[in-house]
Amino acid sequence: MTAPAAAPPFHRPGDLGEALRLLAAHPEAVPVAGGTDLMVAVNYRLTRPAAMLDLTRIGELRAWSDAGDAIRIGSGVPYTRIVAELATVLPGLAAAARTVGSPQIRNRGTLGGNLATASPAGDGHPPLLATGADIEIASTRGTRTVPVAAFFTGPKRSVLQPGELITSVIVPKAAGPQQFLKVGTRNAMVIAVCSLAVALDLETRRLGTGIGSAGPTPLTAPEADLIELPWTRPGLFNDALAEEFGRRVAAAARPIDDVRGTAAYRRHALAVCAARALRRVWTAAHGTESTR
Amino acid sequence: MPEPANPTGPAPAMTPTPPTRAAGGVGTPPLGTGGVGSSPARPDAEAKVNGAFDYASDLSFPGMLWGHTLRSPHPRARIRSIDTTAAQAIPGVEAVLTAADVPGKLHYGLIEDDQPVLSLGEVNYQGEPVAIVAAGSLDVARRAAELIEVDYELLEPRCDPEDALEAGSFFRYQPVRLGDPDAQVPAAVVAREYVVGMQDQAPLGPESGAAVPTADGGVELYVATQWVHSDLEQIAPCLGLEPDRIHIAIAGIGGAFGAREDLSVQVHMAMLALATGRPVKMMYDRAESFVGHVHRHPARMRYEHAADADGKLLYVKARIVLDGGAYASTTEAVVGNAASLAVGPYEVEHVSVDAWGARTNNPPCGAMRGFGGVQTCFAYESQMDALAEALGLSPVEFRRRNAVAQGSKLITGQIVDAYDPERADDGRPFSPLADMLGRFKEIPVPAVPAGRDIVDLPGGTGNTTHGEGVRRGVGYGVGLKNVCYSEGFDDYSTASVRVERVDGQTVAFVHTAAAEVGQGHWSLQAQIARTELGVDRVELLPNDTKAGSAGSSSASRQSYMTGGAVKAACEAVRELLRDRDLADGPVEATRVFRHRETKPMDPVTGQGESHVQLALCVHRATVDVDIELGLVKVVDLTCVQDVGKIMNPAALEGQIHGGTAQGLGLAVMEEMITEQGRVRNASFTDYLIPTILDMPPMRLRIVENADPEAPYGLRGAGEPPTLSSTPAIVAAIRDATGLALTQIPVRPEHLTAHLGRQP
Repeated sequence: MTAPAAAPPFHRPGDLGEALRLLAAHPEAVPVAGGTDLMVAVNYRLTRPAAMLDLTRIGELRAWSDAGDAIRIGSGVPYTRIVAELATVLPGLAAAARTVGSPQIRNRGTLGGNLATASPAGDGHPPLLATGADIEIASTRGTRTVPVAAFFTGPKRSVLQPGELITSVIVPKAAGPQQFLKVGTRNAMVIAVCSLAVALDLETRRLGTGIGSAGPTPLTAPEADLIELPWTRPGLFNDALAEEFGRRVAAAARPIDDVRGTAAYRRHALAVCAARALRRVWTAAHGTESTR
Repeated sequence: MPEPANPTGPAPAMTPTPPTRAAGGVGTPPLGTGGVGSSPARPDAEAKVNGAFDYASDLSFPGMLWGHTLRSPHPRARIRSIDTTAAQAIPGVEAVLTAADVPGKLHYGLIEDDQPVLSLGEVNYQGEPVAIVAAGSLDVARRAAELIEVDYELLEPRCDPEDALEAGSFFRYQPVRLGDPDAQVPAAVVAREYVVGMQDQAPLGPESGAAVPTADGGVELYVATQWVHSDLEQIAPCLGLEPDRIHIAIAGIGGAFGAREDLSVQVHMAMLALATGRPVKMMYDRAESFVGHVHRHPARMRYEHAADADGKLLYVKARIVLDGGAYASTTEAVVGNAASLAVGPYEVEHVSVDAWGARTNNPPCGAMRGFGGVQTCFAYESQMDALAEALGLSPVEFRRRNAVAQGSKLITGQIVDAYDPERADDGRPFSPLADMLGRFKEIPVPAVPAGRDIVDLPGGTGNTTHGEGVRRGVGYGVGLKNVCYSEGFDDYSTASVRVERVDGQTVAFVHTAAAEVGQGHWSLQAQIARTELGVDRVELLPNDTKAGSAGSSSASRQSYMTGGAVKAACEAVRELLRDRDLADGPVEATRVFRHRETKPMDPVTGQGESHVQLALCVHRATVDVDIELGLVKVVDLTCVQDVGKIMNPAALEGQIHGGTAQGLGLAVMEEMITEQGRVRNASFTDYLIPTILDMPPMRLRIVENADPEAPYGLRGAGEPPTLSSTPAIVAAIRDATGLALTQIPVRPEHLTAHLGRQP
């Protein structure tokens, strides 16, 4: 293909410091790692970046590390590695990563890109909300940490400021069973009609929930999280409880009608998924006999 | 001729058609093999697998410009003015053309010339071409197009086909009348309305081609198309050129399925090439492809089926409304198929069918695999199930009792023939359909396995069920498809075969204009030449307008028609070789092959032997449905198809798998969603086609009831599976859910709306 008349500048920093300096000097430069969202938008001419900042040569963004109670995942770690390397310690996030696109997309796409795009349908977001992850954001002015629940400000909008780069996501290690369920009209490689993550923390006896693709941003469900669970007598868990949880999750959603599904279906599906998810995590924690 | 711009590329762009070369020639199977009935390696296989195959989108010429189309964003509008000044001022822009620049005829069309080359003051659908640009790069051409100022006066689009019919706006009305349905006294009646969404062919290769001006003022076109000679007939008048000044060669085709019957880039890129004197390439992106070709007609159909106490069909009434969209395309022929095949392969003596093709401001609809047979098949098969249930009969038994047999009449009066007359069931005429239905007994429905992975369950990797809410269902579907062009069309194909000695080897050169759209037609031509001539080495020449017309790679006709032409040309060469020696020089023959004549349908009664050949396919689908979430996993598709003669087992299986998958797509996910004429999902993000996790492995039983009229007894095989897989899958979902399901694609909300659990 013939190159465009004037190709936009393509900056290729070798380390984080250089990346942040370039971003400070060229705040119009759009960071790109896997490019699985950005390049599609470019091809569809929905965006025409004035410049790009390639993150793929920055080793520290492409590694994860054990931070004690949490895993610090570099923003440039592709989904394939999250699935392969973090499924035991972050089962909810790994399950979500498994549903992203195709194998080729998972090889390139990153959690950092998912967050920066800030789509309400981003697969990575619900498990981060359910586990209370933090987003680490850096610029030449310093580093700040934003709880994921405060990160999204609207459809495809976040707290990211010009000159800022997502460097890592700090995800608490699973302290109990976790589930991620994604509803789509195809059995793979599909944008979520709605999605749901649930994390059960057996130490703090807390429940965490994240809802995807059913509101202007990914959502939490605080009322649902506060549902009273029979911690002292797990065998008392029953379908009524699971369904009540489903109702509360559905009530927390703010879905719309669009080509992927109706608002009514999204609420219904979230209720079903939430009840199933809660049954599954409770069963996983306390044994099969208590669930029916 | 200019040299290719990229000499290191896999194959020269000036000869885009002979991937025979790219793949090392087709004359390479072991000696004495590779004939009819075998599966020699496809000539394009290796190049397609390793990425070296030259698709039309890979074309490149030195000094080449890129063309781009400005399309109407509105479904209906009057154009007050077009200002191209700003677009022309951009550096690198070489031409900006509008309707005023069309050198010849202003309209074209496959059947009726009603589609403007470029809009003539009015646009009638979203995506109608308004202006075209040529520039040094695609990016510049696109930016220039954005700067063309079009002043639109918006008009209210007509998007409801019923409104169109009421206003007398339609392309064809075709009734079928037989007997007296109203005088019958039935034991059971089922009346329902069915809705079929707009399916897209979704070929992976976007519309693409290149036009190269020639020294004599003519133009050469390289383009992915299904029928070069039809293209030529339409292009030449629009360019104001004699046909002999235009040469068209087929460039590598990335799937077609009917989407490449209508013109797309052809006239536009030729206009730009002639205006600039330089080669011009056009290539749609995915979004443009979705509006740059016709789609399958969406349909609304009201059916009433009645049976007597013996479980025999008594009458069928049907009102079929297809939405043809803004321009004619092939709607006329599609309506003919929908009407003549409205009841399927069942005997019934009292029929009243009214079929319409409405003209609206929705996207134009035309050819897609199944061509008018798909919509009605969903309706009549759904009706057959509903009536069987009303009668207390199994779906298979009810179909068996009503199956057409040797000598039966279709509703058009067409005699069902060409089935093996030697065979009979208990003294009754042989019914291939009854025989095919009976074969499912040998292939049991798969058992539910223990310990399934989530990818084996509805929702797949979405992890939505571990078995919760999952119910299994089984359903059958039968499809009847006409093969070759119908209703009196002069349908023919031409082939030239030359045999000569090359380097001490006898080589057969085969030249046709037939399009290899992925179906395996190149292999088939070589196989026929090997079988007929006893040669091992066959070379295929480029498929272009230097050969006579081969007709379209459509209507499941190319094995029958161009296969028949190659066979006839080989037979002629064989005859010539009786008294000639190859040492004295090459021997060559050209033959034109025609199928038997067909008749138009009577405009009032629909009667007439309108079809050439009829092909049957039966599917049994097994599905698992998550009835709480409305998600579907098709776990098995078993298919029994009558192909007359297996010409190439591997290619045949590929056709059945592919046709079945396309039918699966229509059953559960594929739909172009429009809202007041605007397409809402012109991308593969939201127009979903089945993945490997949606399409189960298939079990096939191929039946060979030879058709004595057809070459080798073959029966067209590409389309029938597309008809029958859809109703089979929907029947299986009904079986699992107990819901009526009268609309396809079946969406999750259709399966859950009744649950009333929305808080």
